[in-house]
Amino acid sequence: MNATAWLLAIAQALLYVALAPLLVGWVRKVKARLQNRRGPPLLQAYRDLYKLFGKETRVAHTASPLFRAAPYVVFIATWLAAMAIPLLAVDLPTAAIADIIVVVGLLALARFFLALAGMDVGTAFGGMGASREMLIAALAEPAMLMAVFTLAMTAHSTNLSSVVDAHLAAGLVLRPSYLFALGALLLVALAETGRIPVDNPATHLELTMVHEAMILEYSGRHLALMEWAAQIKLLLYGVLIVNVFLPWGIARELLPADLGLGFAAVVVKLLLLGAVLAVGETVLAKMRLFRVPAFLNLALLLALLGLLGHVILEVGA
Amino acid sequence: MHAGLILAALALGLALASSLVSLPAGRRPWLLRGVALPLFGLAGAAATAAGITALLGGDAATAVLPLGLPWLPWHLRLDALSGFFLTLIGVVTVAVGLYAPSYVRGFENGRDSLPALGGFSGLFLTGMLLVVLADDAFLFMVAWELMSLASYFLVAFHHDNAASRRAAFLYLLMAHIGGLCILLGFGVLASFGGGFDFEAMRAAPLSFGWASVAFVLAFTGFGMKAGLVPLHAWLPEAHPAAPSHISAMMSGVMLKVAVYGFIRVVFDLIGELHWQWGVAVIAIGSVSALLGVLYALMQNDLKRLLAYSSVENVGIVFLGLGLALLFQGSGHPLLATLAFVAALYHAINHALFKSLLFFGAGAILHGTHERDLDQMGGLLRVMPWTGVSFLVGCLSIAALPPFNGFASEWMTFQAALQAWHLESGVLRSLIPISAAMLALTGALGAACFVKVYGVAFLGQARSRHIRGAHRPPVGMRVGQGVLVLLCLAFGLLPTTVVGVIEAVPRQLFGQVLPQATAHGWMWLTPIAPQTASYAAPLIAFVLVLLLGLAFWLSRLGLLRRVRRCDPWDCGNAPPTPRMQYTSTAFAQPMRRVFGLLFRIEEGVETQKDGSLRYRLNVSDRAWEIFYVPIARAVELAAARIVRLQSGNVRIYLGWTLVTLLVLLWIIS
Amino acid sequence: MSITTLPLLQQLVLVLAAIVLFTSFVLLAQARLVSAIHAFAWQGALTAAATAVVAVAGHEPHLYFSAALTFLLKALLIPWMLHRLVARLALDRHVDLLRHPALVVMAAVALVIFSYWLVLPMVRLELAFTRNIVAISLAVVLIGLLMMVFRQQAVAQVLGFMSMENGLFLAAVSATGGMPLVVELGVAFDVLVAMVLFGVFFFQIRDSIDTLDVDRLNRLTESLEDER
Repeated sequence: MNATAWLLAIAQALLYVALAPLLVGWVRKVKARLQNRRGPPLLQAYRDLYKLFGKETRVAHTASPLFRAAPYVVFIATWLAAMAIPLLAVDLPTAAIADIIVVVGLLALARFFLALAGMDVGTAFGGMGASREMLIAALAEPAMLMAVFTLAMTAHSTNLSSVVDAHLAAGLVLRPSYLFALGALLLVALAETGRIPVDNPATHLELTMVHEAMILEYSGRHLALMEWAAQIKLLLYGVLIVNVFLPWGIARELLPADLGLGFAAVVVKLLLLGAVLAVGETVLAKMRLFRVPAFLNLALLLALLGLLGHVILEVGA
Repeated sequence: MHAGLILAALALGLALASSLVSLPAGRRPWLLRGVALPLFGLAGAAATAAGITALLGGDAATAVLPLGLPWLPWHLRLDALSGFFLTLIGVVTVAVGLYAPSYVRGFENGRDSLPALGGFSGLFLTGMLLVVLADDAFLFMVAWELMSLASYFLVAFHHDNAASRRAAFLYLLMAHIGGLCILLGFGVLASFGGGFDFEAMRAAPLSFGWASVAFVLAFTGFGMKAGLVPLHAWLPEAHPAAPSHISAMMSGVMLKVAVYGFIRVVFDLIGELHWQWGVAVIAIGSVSALLGVLYALMQNDLKRLLAYSSVENVGIVFLGLGLALLFQGSGHPLLATLAFVAALYHAINHALFKSLLFFGAGAILHGTHERDLDQMGGLLRVMPWTGVSFLVGCLSIAALPPFNGFASEWMTFQAALQAWHLESGVLRSLIPISAAMLALTGALGAACFVKVYGVAFLGQARSRHIRGAHRPPVGMRVGQGVLVLLCLAFGLLPTTVVGVIEAVPRQLFGQVLPQATAHGWMWLTPIAPQTASYAAPLIAFVLVLLLGLAFWLSRLGLLRRVRRCDPWDCGNAPPTPRMQYTSTAFAQPMRRVFGLLFRIEEGVETQKDGSLRYRLNVSDRAWEIFYVPIARAVELAAARIVRLQSGNVRIYLGWTLVTLLVLLWIIS
Repeated sequence: MSITTLPLLQQLVLVLAAIVLFTSFVLLAQARLVSAIHAFAWQGALTAAATAVVAVAGHEPHLYFSAALTFLLKALLIPWMLHRLVARLALDRHVDLLRHPALVVMAAVALVIFSYWLVLPMVRLELAFTRNIVAISLAVVLIGLLMMVFRQQAVAQVLGFMSMENGLFLAAVSATGGMPLVVELGVAFDVLVAMVLFGVFFFQIRDSIDTLDVDRLNRLTESLEDER
């Protein structure tokens, strides 16, 4: 039992790495369709990664060893964070390595190195991207944790497995707090994964970019790792949102049929979420940097209302 | 006699010896670096041994010294609480003992007084050790004042610098106001307990009102020393003014002695806790944490920045203590234990990484004579050892897993999240808000240390003397290395650390965390395995394994070699160091978003030659809100009182007579 | 009493009430006048929906009428009148920024916690399943008042006033299952009359001081002194 659970956990971790480019490809495809374009093929993200891994890696003269280590640290830390989030089944052993606060911490570790790498070469863009990224992260983190606290106070646990389990056990309950927490997490996810309206993943217009500014100096396999880590992060937030708020379908027993159902369910949920993201990116415009705090304040307000709603309306006196 | 007490006495003796030996160091400078500072380090080792003995040993040991007042000899006591803080003091002192001998070489050719440096360092350490060991209010206050005075002289070490003198004066003033509050607090306890020894105070029957008076006095007095907002203003002035290894002692250790005093008086002597106090401590703690990190983010002087970040970390420690007060006051000893352990864990973590960071700042100062971040850059290349150890310090203080700062902040979060156990719905909704402030603090702390590391160690050198920096000598590197190892150990083995710290709440609350290692040493599960778990060793293992794999692949030549090229320059001229983001530029978005909290003076001036000059001054609001009005009131009062000073001796004698009569009347 | 023990319909009431509270925040922080009117319309509609669900869940048929009346008045008629007013006063593109929006919003959050604390003893009386909503309704009232304090624009102040009325109505519905029909009709009529009077006043104010910024109203005293 224990060995199978570990094997499954490793398989799930590998699935995160394997599926991440697909979600990005899907979002791009839907977005292109909405804009009356045909768009790149669904598997284009895989081809890009393959091509980048084959290319020569160039590093600036001014770069320190940290610059070369950073892509690996960023990739591994993001991947570790993803491992703790239930994708197919609850109660896998990797879920106990890290609870949701550790997941936030691991993402912060990845961001720390990303920002340092941006500042390493000594160009203006890198510093600009690092400064802005840290600001956005600083404002997003309280909202994120507040939303998570609401979940945790309902489930009396910060382990995501237990949260999902508790949610499944309670059946269908209309909780005002979950509604607000969902809203807050959606906004935070947009900010943290660098999507419109906070950042534009497709732009290389120097003054508006955040994430792209930090990885401007990367090429070859370093760039591939950075891009891949960003894709895993998007998948991570997607799975976090769909599996915590709509956990139905996820396997509670480690049986092949349940796991198959869990896989099908999560894929369908992610496809829907990806489509929603694509619609959102199509109808919204990117904000100025100093509008972002207002955006994230809204996320914090939603999370706060979720918490207050939980205390006032759900528990009673 | 108890082995721990003998070791503690040895530590005291070595500290005093180190102080005495350095008296002739003016003529013979080698005495300081060759004898006094090694003795200092040995004193630290003895203190560590004494502390660990007390932590593992269990019951408390007491002794009475034939010193002090005739009716009140000095009482010493070594229990788990003082053992923990002895360990904390000792560990950092050992590292300082290794680091300082090479560092003080820089002062040997200057005009600075070496006997003063060595002598007061020894007395400073003696004072701190005695505070922790004292078991009566008299010895406590004597030791406390010894610690304050010795550190005052160390702050004033560079006394030819006017800013240093001003900082030292401010420090002395605040230390005395704080000392007065503590004294009055002891007074309340002693008058109810009928004696100045702690045993009598513990037994004192206190009403809620008087207990609250004692609590407020203790909180003010110790909070002032610990640098809680709004009483923190002296701290960022005083800590950076001292030599770097003393800054490490002050920020890393002395603040923790204040934390010790608070715990001793509130948790031990007052004993019966009330949740209302917890709310006050939580509020002050979270505000201190947030404002501390925001002000740190605005600093360009490396040592000042580190001092402000101490305000932040002390705030986090007090947040944990406040949660412990709240939970204990509302009848949840298990949760109180969790919060208390988190606070102690963060206290020792902060001692380790803050000392490490001050050592790094000292190494930079030693190698380049520069404290201004905006002049630095690319130091990782010229001083790789310091660069790597500073990175470990930054990762730890930024609370990133699997380093030590994260483990303690994680436990603080877990304690805050247990607020759903509380009866009151209002508290249930307020505690998570303070946890969200802690999250904001953590994220801003990460931003702050990305700024420090990115500006100082990465990029390109912004001035010539930075490019020509010389590497720190072996001793300094060893001192840093010890702290790096300790930071890693405390981060990777949280279950072991928690198991040792548990002795303190066992003494105070009679409670431990029974489930903390329910799944073995690898998994930290403070409440219960299904509530929350964190496996730091596994995370570190996977990180190191995969990083090692990548490194090994590239060493084998399986990955294509990288080629060096010029950085991207937009097709213009190649980027110069002056194009890099500076520390000021990095902080600009935060300055704008949190602008309300700072006093910002910003402007563009036209110089005489027609060139433009940008001027920016960000200062602490605490000055205009608290200190300037108080100073004005004092000046006003002084101006009134000065009328008494007529110059006629007989009138003065008349005042004396009146005072005497009034006093006699009161006594009768 | 935990939410999991309630039937789904009653949970829905709680969700709706929570969203009403959220619209109060939107009203408070919304800078554009037209968007604020939309938010107000949504608040009215949600209040009506909550009333209707209470009627279904609690089998109180007279609440259907209240719900319909609220919907017509608060979600359709008054917003429409306000829209017309704004159009005629040429305020369509008016932006009324709060000085420190984050601080004002935090103050509003504090008000929510405060009203929760106030109604705690009342909640212990175990009135009905909707008793928890009393705190929310009180918060809506207080936030409406807060909005009137911090907004400079007269139309925005009217919005604050009207949203206070929404809060009172929600409180009545949740605490006692609605007011008697006569009182309700009376209040509805009052609100309508108030709306008309506000409209007249706005034109008067603008004619006399050329703006609807209420901070400028203190000019009136100065001008009186000038005349003397």
